[in-house]
Amino acid sequence: MSAVELATPSGGDPDQDDLVVVKKVVRRTSTKRRVITGVLMVALGVLCVLGLGLGAHPGVSATFQLGQPDAAIGVPNLVLPARTAIVVLGVLIILLGLWQAVRGFGRRAMRWVGVVAGVAFIFSFLCWAATGQEGGASIDLVGLLSQSIFLATPLILGALAGILCERSAVINIAIEGQMLTGAFAGALAGSMAHNLGVGLIAAMIAGGLMGALLAVFAIRYVVNQIILGVVINVLALGLTGFIYDALMQPNQDSLNNPGFFSPIKIPVLGDIPILGPLLFDANIIVYLMYLLIIVIDVALLRTRWGLRTRAVGEHPKAADTVGINVLRTRYRNVILGGCVAGLGGAFLTIGAVGSFTKDISSGKGFIALAAVIFGGWSPRGALGAALLFGFADALGTLLSFISAPVAIPSSFLAMLPYLATIFAVAGLVGRVKAPAADGEPYTKE
Amino acid sequence: MLRGGYGMTQEKPPTGPIGPSDATEPADGASPAQGAMSTQTEPPDDSAGPGSESGKGAGSRMGRMLHGDNPVLLTFLALVLAGLVGAVLIAIGDPATRAASKYFFAAPLDTVSAALKAVGNAYLALFEGSVVDPSSFASGSATAILGPISETLVNATPLILGGLSVALAFRAGLFNIGGQGQIIIGAVFAGYVGFAWDLPVVVHVLVALAAGTLGGALWGGIAGWLKARTGAHEVITTIMLNYIAFNLLAFLLGTPGFQAPPFGQAISNPVEGNARLPHLLGGDLRVHAGLLIALLAALGCWWLLDRSTLGFRLRAVGANQNAARTAGMHVERSYVAVMLIAGGLCGLAGCAQILGTNPAITQDIDAGIGFDAITVALLGRGKPGGTVLAGLLFGALRAGSVTMLSVTGTPVDLVQVVQALIVMFIAAPALVQAVFRVRARGGVGQVLAKGWNG
Repeated sequence: MSAVELATPSGGDPDQDDLVVVKKVVRRTSTKRRVITGVLMVALGVLCVLGLGLGAHPGVSATFQLGQPDAAIGVPNLVLPARTAIVVLGVLIILLGLWQAVRGFGRRAMRWVGVVAGVAFIFSFLCWAATGQEGGASIDLVGLLSQSIFLATPLILGALAGILCERSAVINIAIEGQMLTGAFAGALAGSMAHNLGVGLIAAMIAGGLMGALLAVFAIRYVVNQIILGVVINVLALGLTGFIYDALMQPNQDSLNNPGFFSPIKIPVLGDIPILGPLLFDANIIVYLMYLLIIVIDVALLRTRWGLRTRAVGEHPKAADTVGINVLRTRYRNVILGGCVAGLGGAFLTIGAVGSFTKDISSGKGFIALAAVIFGGWSPRGALGAALLFGFADALGTLLSFISAPVAIPSSFLAMLPYLATIFAVAGLVGRVKAPAADGEPYTKE
Repeated sequence: MLRGGYGMTQEKPPTGPIGPSDATEPADGASPAQGAMSTQTEPPDDSAGPGSESGKGAGSRMGRMLHGDNPVLLTFLALVLAGLVGAVLIAIGDPATRAASKYFFAAPLDTVSAALKAVGNAYLALFEGSVVDPSSFASGSATAILGPISETLVNATPLILGGLSVALAFRAGLFNIGGQGQIIIGAVFAGYVGFAWDLPVVVHVLVALAAGTLGGALWGGIAGWLKARTGAHEVITTIMLNYIAFNLLAFLLGTPGFQAPPFGQAISNPVEGNARLPHLLGGDLRVHAGLLIALLAALGCWWLLDRSTLGFRLRAVGANQNAARTAGMHVERSYVAVMLIAGGLCGLAGCAQILGTNPAITQDIDAGIGFDAITVALLGRGKPGGTVLAGLLFGALRAGSVTMLSVTGTPVDLVQVVQALIVMFIAAPALVQAVFRVRARGGVGQVLAKGWNG
């Protein structure tokens, strides 16, 4: 018997006996989960204290750079005695875990507790890593975080594309292909027109065309959407690879040399310590991403379009009954999603490196898809997941520069996002759910 | 909640029949109303490739052949259509055609003739690289004459094995995108046994094959177990396992004991001669015993799906898991079983790669086979016989594309485009029927994988 099943009638049921039973059932299921998470947190804390604390070289301090040398307002560096800091943070995690196991936090509070424990663990991990070097390494914390945002940008845009499609019940596994096409078109059109803006628009159009391909085959020809997505990815890989080899490779200068958007520092905001360089000193695609996150998040929950999209995604028949054009909504959202994914792809070429290479998206579309699922099909959740993946990526790069007390192969760090996704998908199933009609074609009767 | 509340298979209201979603049925839905239960008494007739309509009269066969819903005709038309799009790409990629198109309006025939020449040459090279090169008859050596066919078979071997893996999972209602990871782990296990262990002649290769199969099965089994235990969608877990396997291999290729001395390159120790699959047609032709394994595996898959109890269970789960559950079948156990077998098949593909085709493991040991296997299985319509034929076709495309690149300079990526298009056209019969204006009875496209909620 699930707790929900029993709990539902209790609201309107005045019978006292039933109410008691209900409470017991609810209590028991949550206890198990509570104790498990509590014990896991304690284990994490113990690992932190014993593993990292004892592993850290004693007497070495870790330096965290918070400011930048040329900043208008200087911020002093944070210098911590590494071992003490690790032990303190580890004990904090253990205490939080014990409280969770014994008394339990509320659902809302638990989310923040989880964030605190995670940040504490990552911080002590950085302290530990910094002690590998003679005298302690200096870690550019702001640099690490802004690198995370930089690496997360295509993931966030890809995830937003996925959300646009899947909220209207079209599964989009083709994010990867849409991004790749966008990256390609951005580089090609940007080079030909000698104008990055043209490249940006071309990337969005190209992504939108791939989205339209998905839409037509999924909606008009009722092809299975998962298979279709995989095949479109192959098509995009082949198509861009073919044209790259046939046209771009021999004419690198004229066809694959678009340059890239340089960062624009926003006048006042950019001078805020820590936050300025982190958020307000980026290129135009990152700013567009901020805008899209806000617009899509608000629009999905607060506008007529969002309501219709969600209705089409959850119960297309009901939506159709009240006069919403289900298929048109889906076409529009999938094509829009393709455009957003194309923008994410453009970031890889004209937003970052300034040229296209074969398979430049290298699985980022799939990670974006994982972020969609990890984030429970909501823009905020996907944002968090994408930032986490971006951080793991940036951390891997950082750790290859500083020598940790125990060398961690970079391959294992590169695995982290994927492992996290598997754990998340396995652990979150039943708690996050896809839109009810996701992947199901709609045919009018 | 989720495990109990799986959505229905696609395309149907909850009360609808099971038929159209079942890949085993012909496209015109011979028995759409038959559920998983009624197939017990009358198994669907899908023992061989799409071409075989055994047991039906010659007259009705002719009628079906001309019909727009005939799978063979549809497959053929899809191939033609994909070839036409490929031709357009070849023309775009051809420098001479592009040069002529600059004065298209002055002399349009120049462009057309240049394009036709480029397309003709490229497709001719594709044929010569995959089937037979007429000029080799002059030399009279068997190696030169049989070389292209040998290359086709070498390329087809892992594609068939991978395709069988994906097809088997399809039939049980799962979508195995994890071919890449399973091939990598299979190759790592087989390769490690191949170069690190010291065993007698025949035993060594058998042990290596067993290890490779085990490795692939393990990797596939993880996804099956996660699906059964937690309901995690196999599409996500297999994609993630691909990347994990890829990075694991990257780590191993930098680890002494696995990496070949002098440790400068990301390549493993070479597999010992004892552990190598023997060449079938003498030393110069690369076709190896992996091909026989692939054909045996196809036979095994056919037996498993059509003749065994387990296969019946898998198909029942694939057709309608709710019905299968009601009938007392262990749906979760079927997920694990099918992913173990599918993983094992991909592991064998990895074996074919490392014990047969390549001398040592590199980062590129998978060579895109994991993903191409999906297109192979789709072209083969989820049937073992069809998968073998599709594997041979795509193996020929792969082999021919190398010659095409060296002779005409057409990039090999063309093959990928053509493959993807073939599958898209086959999946959307209505499009092909509309393009070629053939009669259609309005059948439904294939439905092989399910959405996130089921």
